[in-house]
Amino acid sequence: MANTLQFDLVSPERKLASVQATEVQIPGTDGDMTAMEGHAATITTLRPGILKVIGPQGTQAFAVTGGFAEIGASAVTVLAERAIPTEELTGAVVDDLVAEARSLVAKAPADQKDAAEKLVNDLLALRGTGHH
Amino acid sequence: MPSLKDLKNRIGSVKNTRKITKAMQMVAAAKLRRAQDAAEAARPYAERMNSVIAGLASSVGGSDGAPRLLAGTGDDRVHLLVVMTAERGLCGGFNSTIVRLARAHANQLLAHGKVVKILTVGKKGREQLRRDLGDKFVGHVDLAEVKRVGYANAQDIARDILSRFEGGEFDVATIFFNRFQSVISQIPTAQQIIPAQPGEATTTALYDYEPGEEAILADLLPRGVATQIFTALLENGASEQGARMSAMDNATRNAGDMINKLTIQYNRSRQAAITKELIEIISGAEAL
Repeated sequence: MANTLQFDLVSPERKLASVQATEVQIPGTDGDMTAMEGHAATITTLRPGILKVIGPQGTQAFAVTGGFAEIGASAVTVLAERAIPTEELTGAVVDDLVAEARSLVAKAPADQKDAAEKLVNDLLALRGTGHH
Repeated sequence: MPSLKDLKNRIGSVKNTRKITKAMQMVAAAKLRRAQDAAEAARPYAERMNSVIAGLASSVGGSDGAPRLLAGTGDDRVHLLVVMTAERGLCGGFNSTIVRLARAHANQLLAHGKVVKILTVGKKGREQLRRDLGDKFVGHVDLAEVKRVGYANAQDIARDILSRFEGGEFDVATIFFNRFQSVISQIPTAQQIIPAQPGEATTTALYDYEPGEEAILADLLPRGVATQIFTALLENGASEQGARMSAMDNATRNAGDMINKLTIQYNRSRQAAITKELIEIISGAEAL
């Protein structure tokens, strides 16, 4: 069996998961990446997407809306602003998030409009994956 | 000398007061546990966030491209004081200690010729500051309807503060809250949040940053502000309940003492009345 690493998923309000994992798929801002044991130490920001943890106890998936991940050789810590287990991710939840992001677009100053619109698009893409 | 009936009424009303303060103490104790749990649960996130920001800040800090949230506006003329208090009273010195610290801070800044703006969170602080610093108010956040403080509340406050910062409304922001130490001790604290004051970097590990260090820092600093406010809100929540608990404990004990005193007084006057009646009867009988 492949070596495992310690995976922690932390939200501002509580610790959501703390398990051993063989690999963690992370939706990074610059592209998805998979962290396995012995990965080079990296810090990356997250874009809204699906975070997947594959471990000896099975696979867990979370929809995250942003935050960052700290990857080390033997541990991965994801600090997510909001993380929802995919089982709880219904269309309505995503619709709420999209609506919230849209309202941010409306309020965002001109130079941040692109970033805010990207957030909406990411969330819409998330809705696509969430249904399957 | 109050009549027997008056004394009896007073004892009754003090007994009722004691019941109420006792109930409030127990409610506060239950809420305190919940608030402490929440503060405990939020700690890992805040710690990790701070350590990453500290690490990044120490490597980016010196360069010219450092974000304004870290480097500041290059000025410290206008100060924003975010005074966080409770929505409700009856919690001992909880609100006053924060207000006193904030007022001292504000007066000191004013004495140095700075401009002070005040954002209040929680209505008690607003009420207490209105008289002497009311003209400095720029906004108020009402949390009266919020049963349990969530991260979303902190985000709203942070968003408000950040948009003011981007609009050039102030140079330095400081939050005032009570740090929870124990049920009998809460420490009023002033913490500067903008420009950020990251602690010393504790990790020596070298990280790859994706995207670049500055981009990450620019993304993290606003989150860091929200996290610090969230931590402060939680600390404040626990402190408020702790302060209320000890205040109500004192009140319950005082009510008990008062009941004892009044009961003794009541018994004495009753005895005196009986003795008086007896004397009257006896002396009446002797006169015959």
